[in-house]
Amino acid sequence: MDRVKTSELSGAEIVVRCLQEEGVEYVFGYPGGAVLFIYDALFKQDKVRHVLVRHEQGAVHAADGYSRSSKKVGVCLVTSGPGVTNAVTGIATAYMDSIPLVVLTGQVPTHAIGLDAFQECDTVGITRPIVKHNMLVKDVADLASAIKKAFHIATTGRPGPVVVDIPKDVTAAVTEFQYPQAVAMRSYNPVRKGHAGQIRKAAQLLLEARRPMVYTGGGVVLSDASDQLRELVRQLGFPCTSTLMGLGAYPATDRQFLGMLGMHGTYEANMAMQHCDVLLAIGARFDDRVIGNPAHFAQNPRKIIHIDIDPSSISKRVKVDVPIVGNIPDVLDELLKLLKSDAGKPELKAWWAQIEDWRARDCLKYDRSSKIIKPQYVLEKLYEVTGGEAFVTSDVGQHQMWAAQFYKFDQPRRWINSGGLGTMGFGLPAAMGVQLANPGATVACVTGESSIQMCLQELSTCKQYRLPIKVINLNNRYMGMVRQWQQFFHGNRYSESYMDALPDFVKLAEGYGHRGVLVEKPADVEPALKDAFSRKGELVFLDFVTDQRENVYPMIPGGKGITEMILSEEL
Amino acid sequence: MSRHIISVLVENEAGALSRISGLFSARGYNIESLTVAPTEDASMSRMTIVTTGSEDVVEQITKQLNKLIEVVKVVDLSEAEHIERELMLIKVRAGQKEREDMKRMADIFRGRIIDVSDNTYTIELTGDGRKLDAFIQALDHGAIIETVRSGTSGIGRGNRVLRV
Repeated sequence: MDRVKTSELSGAEIVVRCLQEEGVEYVFGYPGGAVLFIYDALFKQDKVRHVLVRHEQGAVHAADGYSRSSKKVGVCLVTSGPGVTNAVTGIATAYMDSIPLVVLTGQVPTHAIGLDAFQECDTVGITRPIVKHNMLVKDVADLASAIKKAFHIATTGRPGPVVVDIPKDVTAAVTEFQYPQAVAMRSYNPVRKGHAGQIRKAAQLLLEARRPMVYTGGGVVLSDASDQLRELVRQLGFPCTSTLMGLGAYPATDRQFLGMLGMHGTYEANMAMQHCDVLLAIGARFDDRVIGNPAHFAQNPRKIIHIDIDPSSISKRVKVDVPIVGNIPDVLDELLKLLKSDAGKPELKAWWAQIEDWRARDCLKYDRSSKIIKPQYVLEKLYEVTGGEAFVTSDVGQHQMWAAQFYKFDQPRRWINSGGLGTMGFGLPAAMGVQLANPGATVACVTGESSIQMCLQELSTCKQYRLPIKVINLNNRYMGMVRQWQQFFHGNRYSESYMDALPDFVKLAEGYGHRGVLVEKPADVEPALKDAFSRKGELVFLDFVTDQRENVYPMIPGGKGITEMILSEEL
Repeated sequence: MSRHIISVLVENEAGALSRISGLFSARGYNIESLTVAPTEDASMSRMTIVTTGSEDVVEQITKQLNKLIEVVKVVDLSEAEHIERELMLIKVRAGQKEREDMKRMADIFRGRIIDVSDNTYTIELTGDGRKLDAFIQALDHGAIIETVRSGTSGIGRGNRVLRV
């Protein structure tokens, strides 16, 4: 007699059960042929909610923004072929910034793989260089353990996106469901604790420093080490700077914070970086946008301590004296213990006097009497009107740099941008994820007229899910950063950087069912922002007509040294 | 720039090889040769990669290899005493005139003739890469019909062991 085993589930049901087991609240996705069984299984339950985007790139960015602002894993579901290729930009974005995502992709049935089937692509091959790991599940019996592994790998060690490719017949096949409690892999065991001897050496160096500097990156945010960082920096009395990715880990309003460093970093941060005698690098990777030319950086001798979870980030571009591989909070806890037991505190008066001198250059000043709206002014007012409490996402370009410079982030996970890959189109979908992860919170998407057009379709998603994001469009009718480089380095030949035939953004916002507001005068900036942020339930698209000629300063030209900054024209 | 022999133990899973070769091409590392086959434990394969690069680059290569999820262990064999061997099969002209000479040449290099036809020998030769090169050099270029080389395999000497 045949009996239906109640514990047997289809692959599609297993996928959904796994997501439930992992406590997944939202899946960002878009249906299609290869994932129809999974969508059917989603339909039959109400624990995991699905957010329907308008383009798969938006799904991945939304999951990414969700993760960055919530410490949770972002989950996406897309179909085979074009569903996957559309998602690729999002996956690469998350990979470059080490964001934990699980991306479930549909695949053609196993018997059709390799035969150029409809909507077939080699997902594992295409995504291989832009994921922490990926796998093709060919047998339903392996499905639950593959998904468990994906969550484990995405969230441990240096986080990153993991793609699980699931052929359609696997989602239809049935098997007994059992969700593994733990994952044991002989080939993957990320360290947590740092080497005790190295940490002792680091403590010694820090206490002997005369011109110390703390340089922090996205790793501090990702590992939730903000508390330990604050304690360490305050206890030592050291100056602290941050990369674009690390902003908020140390409060920007604190006197010991020198602002962001790097290509568009502050004068004082870059000068202190070059002239320090002991550099403590935490969860940062000395990339080209941060230290510029490594040979120039090496001209000044300094001892470098580098704490990072990823050994391959250490001594990659810059030789390090004291490498410490480990989970940042664990390492900083150990370091703090040593420093507390040590009475001596370095004497730093002369160093701080030097730093204050550099700070007095006031490198971020701009023309406040301008009759045209200055983008910096909009961001200053955005900061004031939101009380510094907003989650701010951004796209890529000048507006991104100004947001990083002028919005003073005092908390981690509030500043959400594509730092590594530099993906235009990131801001709006990311803001959707942020808003879903933080219902009731103030969410602003700082963007420009060029970037916003790259994922504009998501305004429709915002309407469907009633996401009251405030879009701050700094509209200078140019791809501003491209224009700036053309002005500086290409003899003012503005090749294809002018954005002609722009839409009427107010009407466009209205067309999607939102509120659109055009702001053309400096005096209208603050009232417009106040009005927009008072509308708690509404998406407001603020189109600010800003100065076309404004540039981001300071600027280190590509390939130059960290102190070879172009400061603003009037300096 | 120096030559390094990197041994990698890797989970015997589909795609592991392309993950490793993809890493080398994506990051611009050299591959002189790459060999791979399962070990006595069928769940694992062992790969020998010969590469050239500065110390910094080779350090990055080993770190990046270790970062791949399926990689179990990585060792730079050239850091200490080791043995390397490569296998070559070489098909040469061996008509009535050349047969004696060719046989003698194979003997000198401790090669074995493993296939014979009216006008060819196929010789099997094992050694490090330089020995195989020397054999090719020693032959009259016109005598060579076809060669195939396995790429280098390596193992540490004595108590130096790479296993889980």
